[in-house]
Amino acid sequence: MMRFILPFVVFVVLAVFLFKGLNLNPREVPSPLIGKPAPGFVLPQLHEPQQNFSPADMKGKVWLLNVWASWCVSCREEHPVLMDLAQQNIVPIYGLDYKDNPVEAQRWLQRGGDPYVLSVTDTEGRIGIDYGVYGVPETYVIDEQGVIRYKQIGPVTPDNLREKILPMVAELQAK
Amino acid sequence: MKRLLILLFCLLPTFALAGEAQDMAADPVLEKRMIGLAEKLRCLVCQNESLASSHAELAEDLRREVRELMQKGMSDQEILDYLVSRYGDFVLYDPPMKKTTLVLWYGPFALLLLGAGVLFLQLRKRKSEIAEPQLTEEQSARAAALLSERQDSQTQPKDIQA
Repeated sequence: MMRFILPFVVFVVLAVFLFKGLNLNPREVPSPLIGKPAPGFVLPQLHEPQQNFSPADMKGKVWLLNVWASWCVSCREEHPVLMDLAQQNIVPIYGLDYKDNPVEAQRWLQRGGDPYVLSVTDTEGRIGIDYGVYGVPETYVIDEQGVIRYKQIGPVTPDNLREKILPMVAELQAK
Repeated sequence: MKRLLILLFCLLPTFALAGEAQDMAADPVLEKRMIGLAEKLRCLVCQNESLASSHAELAEDLRREVRELMQKGMSDQEILDYLVSRYGDFVLYDPPMKKTTLVLWYGPFALLLLGAGVLFLQLRKRKSEIAEPQLTEEQSARAAALLSERQDSQTQPKDIQA
């Protein structure tokens, strides 16, 4: 009996691991920034370049920092979801326009609508490096103390908004 | 005239390359050090390529960052720490030895030991299985009889010779 049970057990264990592996996304690299203060920056605003914005201005509020660009294809997929979220007025969304041409970025927002309270321009992608950005779009949930609580890699979808981002925002706002 | 034009067109690719080569010329020692370090780092966009060989835009930005940090006088280890604090251990091609990576580092050896143990037990079990079975009394008596018979037949020719 033993000679059948043992190979079967080994097979089941292997199958479970492989099946789990099938559902993992190798592109999702866990961010070491979760639970750490959001890196500081002072960047010019997209619509009013003479004015700056810094995450320090957001102390005391729960907010989303969404990294986007006019050249980014997945951002198009995400855009209506963000527009919807902005209309519900649940949480302010700030944009980090990553390695983009400001003129094209503004045109892009004119065409599809602007879900952001404001966007800042990171033309050379330096702030992106500080935030560990490696694939646009990325979205950070930042709490009242300015600590990054969650990072969504890839587009915000109705699913991950409902299951991860909004519950996290609600929990942080309740504090 | 036509030939001259063709010749000029042949030169076009070299102009295109000139932009990239310039950085090398600026400080070849630093560039070599940067490439050496970048070979130990993973490009996050292409994942199976090193930062040194990748042409992804992010890789170019990160190489620029590494170059600038070197110019600031940071050591290789400081630069690695700088990148790990932003992108995690994933940027390193050699995963560091930590509690969470113990299985990764020692798992193969544990499996090897396990395999060797199973093999050893199996061999010992088999050895005992193929051990000669004990003869019954009757069988051993018969064997003795057969053996003595044979001994007799062997000694006989000797007697004749004698």
